[in-house]
Amino acid sequence: MTPEAEPAAVSRSSLAGLSGTVASLIVLGVSACTAPAARNAPAVPGALAPVSRADSEWLERTSFGLDSQILADYRRAGRERYVEEQLHPAEAPLPADVAPPAAPLPDSGQLLSALHQQRKAINALPDGPEKDAARKVLNDEGNRQAYQAMRLQLLRALYSPAQLRELMVWFWLNHFSVFQHKADLRWLIGDYEERGIRAHALGHFRELVLATLEHPAMLEYLDNAQNAAGHVNENYARELMELHTLGVNGGYTQQDVQQLARVLTGVGVSAGPAPHLKAEWQALYVRRGGFEFNPARHDFSAKVLLGKPLTARGFAEVEQAVTLIVRQPACARFISRELASYFIGDNPPPRLVAAMAQTFQQSDGDIAATLRTLLLAPEFSAARPTFKDPARYVLSSVRLAYDGRTITNVRPLLDWLNALGEGPFGRQTPDGYPLNAASWESPGQMSRRFEIARAIGTGNAHLFDREDGSAASATGFPQLSNRLYYEAIEPTLAASTRSALKQASSPQEWNTFLLASPEMNYD
Amino acid sequence: MTRRLLSRRRCLQLTTAALAGLCSAGRLFAAPPGSPRFLLVFLRGGYDAANTLIPYSSSFYYEARPTLAIARPDPQSASGALALDRDWALAPALRDSIGPLYQQRQVAFVPFAGTPDLSRSHFETQDSIELGQPLSGTRDYRSGFLARLHSVLGAPRSTAPSAISFTDALPVVFHGPDPVPNIAMKNVGKPAFDDRQVRILSGMYAGHPLEPAVTSGLELRRQVAQQMQAMSDEMRASSRDALSIKGFELEAERMARLMRDDYRIGFVDVGGWDTHVNEGAAQGTLASNLAGLGRGLSLFAQSLGPEWNNTVVVVLSEFGRTFRENGNRGTDHGHGSVYWVLGGQVGGGRVAGEQQPLERANLFQDRDYPVLNDYRALLGGLFSRLWGLSSAQCAQVFPQAPPAELRLV
Repeated sequence: MTPEAEPAAVSRSSLAGLSGTVASLIVLGVSACTAPAARNAPAVPGALAPVSRADSEWLERTSFGLDSQILADYRRAGRERYVEEQLHPAEAPLPADVAPPAAPLPDSGQLLSALHQQRKAINALPDGPEKDAARKVLNDEGNRQAYQAMRLQLLRALYSPAQLRELMVWFWLNHFSVFQHKADLRWLIGDYEERGIRAHALGHFRELVLATLEHPAMLEYLDNAQNAAGHVNENYARELMELHTLGVNGGYTQQDVQQLARVLTGVGVSAGPAPHLKAEWQALYVRRGGFEFNPARHDFSAKVLLGKPLTARGFAEVEQAVTLIVRQPACARFISRELASYFIGDNPPPRLVAAMAQTFQQSDGDIAATLRTLLLAPEFSAARPTFKDPARYVLSSVRLAYDGRTITNVRPLLDWLNALGEGPFGRQTPDGYPLNAASWESPGQMSRRFEIARAIGTGNAHLFDREDGSAASATGFPQLSNRLYYEAIEPTLAASTRSALKQASSPQEWNTFLLASPEMNYD
Repeated sequence: MTRRLLSRRRCLQLTTAALAGLCSAGRLFAAPPGSPRFLLVFLRGGYDAANTLIPYSSSFYYEARPTLAIARPDPQSASGALALDRDWALAPALRDSIGPLYQQRQVAFVPFAGTPDLSRSHFETQDSIELGQPLSGTRDYRSGFLARLHSVLGAPRSTAPSAISFTDALPVVFHGPDPVPNIAMKNVGKPAFDDRQVRILSGMYAGHPLEPAVTSGLELRRQVAQQMQAMSDEMRASSRDALSIKGFELEAERMARLMRDDYRIGFVDVGGWDTHVNEGAAQGTLASNLAGLGRGLSLFAQSLGPEWNNTVVVVLSEFGRTFRENGNRGTDHGHGSVYWVLGGQVGGGRVAGEQQPLERANLFQDRDYPVLNDYRALLGGLFSRLWGLSSAQCAQVFPQAPPAELRLV
């Protein structure tokens, strides 16, 4: 129970017998820590001096919370090189014990075609229990697919050393938000994250927009799969400009929405064989995975978008429209502001946003370059701490509690995120979860956070249960007063937090108070 | 990690906002007796209004629903549909719960009610209803109509009626500048923290901008747990088996307890109404959902005691369903719906609002109930009467929707 102890499992029973002693040790340990941090560095062989407060705050803000891995990477590289490493990360495989099988992921076309075949087979069955059972099997498989996608997302956020990429995957998934319970999206969200978002999360914005535009998850979610000449559906066209690129006051008109909707006719989803097309259209047909551009559904009449006549034909016209949109100054400003808000809160300094927008435009939408401008700006370091959204709160708590020790079961995390109203792929509306603090700091949210702090702090919270649902072999509660805590967190605590920690009557309660503290709720 | 000094302005903003949260958790605010209460019950999924309030005088109804139609009321029968007037009957599943309330003039139904939103998408239409904004123009996702009502009635001041959402997450209808506490009534166990822990946790936030939210959140959990304890003690005392009620009934009884004592504006949602397949008729999926809802509302009325006379409940859903049944013994997303208005003193015992005979020619797009009673005008009229809102205040809650006078309260 001393600060030097490595994170270790302590069984409940052994603690029960010791509680008096443990409590006094904890109190001693914590009160000792109110001395200046440097004199109080843990006596672990090879331990380093605490990082500066400014550095740990910066690191906290550019990750899903501190762990020993990023702290070591940061110390080794220094801030500027660390930024470069994070902006251009190497492949970062998951720890072997939680990594998914290495088999290549089926693409959206294969997934949809398998799904349609199964559905056809089920529909051919006579009504009755057999049909109902088959329906249930298919439905369960949809849930399993969605679960696997969410599991992978959470494990990467917890354990990838490329933390900035994981933050950006979360950010873009939220920016190009899709809802798993619409249409067949449960089958598609894994591929959407992988090929639609992750591949371009630190790349070029235009490629990112096109990758989402070509993904069946987005096309189904915003109804463009139904958008065809003569039956125009404006839903996606509107959101593509309003939410994805230009922002609501981004200078486009209802006329532009209608024009873009016509540009997007024929951009849809198919899992079957290519359609029979007349000769002049065959060359214009495009098919990648479950994505299809079908000239027979496209409106080929002339269009003018944002004051510019479009000259290309077929899918090239769609690409031309996207290029035109993402090169608008409004797009650079909108995306820069959204990015800055995600990292430093509701009202980012206008000068910083302007600098980012300039980088964005000069680099033709290079996301990594835009982020570099943000992360190395003095305004970034000087910004006030921002209230963590539920994902950052829950993930940073688990990262601190188990510091690199891999959990096996992400269901508790999903439960906590859902209870806090920020479940993965769970936003019904296309606007994504709000990035402002006010949305997450209601009384109900705060008491719920404290209950989650208690669940993490006082036991294993089923985080080490096996995937098959069977309970884990003995794991006690996490040891939060670990080396990471003393190196990077303890020095930042306010007097009121220290005072609360001193009043803890057990290590579990100490954990709970730490995780519930203002310091753990802000980054 | 650390808290730096917040700017004075931001600090003030946060404090005011959080204070409102404190008041709405019921600690500072004591509602004067007799002040109106309002509960909105949202049936998510689009409930099949035509098999709830049955248009039994329409022969077209029986043509359009060969397997789903509910038989005409039989005056000799004590089960079956219950005739409400010459045109409409109440579903058999609601006969014993809502039937008696109707006979006491404590329920009115408003058919052909709904929104002009035509997306026929659940979430799109749910949102547009909860936002309650004009359909033309840009949506402000941060502004729901109950939040605007709350502001018009004085929030964040402590004199405003206290609001609560009986849900896990704060619904769109309560999105707004003033924090509204939320807590689902399904599983309200013991609070996670004892008094000493609450004191220590709050102590960490002493002087922090979040202090009011923290203390109010912890207090709400304690308060709800206490109420629930008192309730189950009472029930044991009156030898009622608390375990015999479940689902929405249980939630409704708990909500009544909180709304009787502490809250004046409430919201709850009930799911499971999206009956595309095997909907059932007099019995089946829809019927058992309706039965649970009806029993819950009846228990809610009963549990409020004399305060039921100062309470109005509105039940609504994002849209109605197709008038004709589909090929899977179900119904698909439609348009107009039937809203319910309940309360001890409502203008009940009648089917209210604009109506049309249910013939094929009157269907909207040859498939759905038309919307003749706009929900914003309907609710605006109701709120105006309940709280004596001026037309300017009403326009703040429902911009560009003059209130309709349906004599519902």
